[in-house]
Amino acid sequence: MTSTLTISHLTKAFGGVKALTDVSLRVAPGERVALLGHNGAGKSTLMKVILGLITADSGEISVCGAAPGNAAARAHVAYLPENAAFHSALTGLEQITYYMRLRNEPVSGAMELLDRVGLAHAAKRRIGTYSKGMRQRVGLAQALIGQPRLLVLDEPTSGLDPVSRRDFYELLDGLAADGAAILLSSHALTEVEARTDQLLILSGGKMVAEGTLPELRREAALPVSMQLHALNRYDTDIMAALPDAIRVNGALNLTCSQDEKLATLARISSLKAKLADVEVIPPSLEDIYSHFSRRDGQ
Amino acid sequence: MIARILATASTEVHIARRNRWVLIAVLLMVIFSLVLSAAGSAPTGALGADRLSVVVASLTSLSVYLVPLVALLMSFDAVAGEVERGTLPLLLTYPVARWEVLAGKLVAHTAILIVAIAAGYGAAALVTIIADPAAVSGLAALWRLTWTSVLLGATFLGIGYALSSMARRVSGAAGLAIGLWLGLVVLYDLGLLAAVVADDGGAFTTKVFPLALLANPADAFRLFNLTASQATQVAAGVGGAANAIPQWQSLLSIAAWPLVSLALAALVFRKVEP
Repeated sequence: MTSTLTISHLTKAFGGVKALTDVSLRVAPGERVALLGHNGAGKSTLMKVILGLITADSGEISVCGAAPGNAAARAHVAYLPENAAFHSALTGLEQITYYMRLRNEPVSGAMELLDRVGLAHAAKRRIGTYSKGMRQRVGLAQALIGQPRLLVLDEPTSGLDPVSRRDFYELLDGLAADGAAILLSSHALTEVEARTDQLLILSGGKMVAEGTLPELRREAALPVSMQLHALNRYDTDIMAALPDAIRVNGALNLTCSQDEKLATLARISSLKAKLADVEVIPPSLEDIYSHFSRRDGQ
Repeated sequence: MIARILATASTEVHIARRNRWVLIAVLLMVIFSLVLSAAGSAPTGALGADRLSVVVASLTSLSVYLVPLVALLMSFDAVAGEVERGTLPLLLTYPVARWEVLAGKLVAHTAILIVAIAAGYGAAALVTIIADPAAVSGLAALWRLTWTSVLLGATFLGIGYALSSMARRVSGAAGLAIGLWLGLVVLYDLGLLAAVVADDGGAFTTKVFPLALLANPADAFRLFNLTASQATQVAAGVGGAANAIPQWQSLLSIAAWPLVSLALAALVFRKVEP
């Protein structure tokens, strides 16, 4: 299957400061890719290059088979900016109607589109009276106009409450099922992990990790931690059997690498007569994310 | 292409209507025109011109100031406002060319300007003709003033868009617009007059002065209307030089300026990186 978006060896500097260094990525039709990174990691810059708003210094980019910013590419790409802003004097309906006319779509569908993002009740009010979440929904509605083949969404869920977030990801699932390629950025790994097929982590303008969550977990090889709760007065016996354990808040903590996990568990289970409970705590998503975003960035 | 330009134009009309720009522009033109027609219709008969032609001469002097001002007020926000609100990046990811965006704004703002000019001049003409039915013979001069005012407005709309693209901040664009208005419409003439007086009929007055008048769209507008109208005699100041310059030259300047200013605006807007 050919990719909707292909970037190879992209580099962009702003007056000597490197914003993006040798970034390569592909997004296939129907694929949902999350772009993660802290502030200033280069996420928005990368998106603006893909949209053709700024030009790259070097590297090759193909958007739906065309150059970024080209009229053919723009006809197939939808964008949701980080803080979606609109003219406050226009109503939601007028704004969406305008965008539909620019995309040469029949404007009769404007109301239905606003209804899809839950804004039908406010369609005839001025955007100036909208809350941040409502403006974000206008932004989302305009990104759904026509049948975009690539959606570029810059922190799409900022300002949305948890219920709206869930609705939003359901919308995305539908779009991806119809064959749209989706590239979205986020600060939080916890939010996107179950909702995306591929994760990319940018740090200091470099792509420091890419893959599915299990792949990243394996690559990071962060230690597993285990918490042992001893039966009364058996602590010292267990400390003797497991010399690596540390006493923390009345429980015993033990960490080991992924490879040693089963062997360690076997040793623990041999002590089962003296144990009340064992908890195995895998590295959290935030741990994995910090591991990658710190590795090269700082 | 046409559909996208019209889409932008209708959106801009909505915005201008909500921001009261339509109302402000129309009221400004009507009030000033009525005041002038009341004041300007006093001296008649002796000049051998009909009342309306005299009013047109006064309206010409008014429009030289007012039309550029209204045009700049409507246009200074056009690009800088989009940049400052953060709406420009999204708009530019749509399949619409930058010049189409400007063209849409131009269509809307010109339409508003036409409404304001028609309302102002129309009111003045109505009052004058009711007072003196013979004044209908001045309608040709009024019509000439109307279409040249629209061209003058379009010129300053283009200049406003260019300044707005250059400044990229609304406050900066507003400052530039007011500065340019003062410079082209007020100070330019004062400077020329001072130079003519100092030169005392020398090379400057005969060679440079006519060209300097033609180069300024506001002066070209005034020249054209005063040479074309029978009421040249009532005009004072720079208008006195009108007879020295052939009418086709001022017409050429009036017609060329909108194209120049809009081409300039499109060029500058193309360089704006969102």
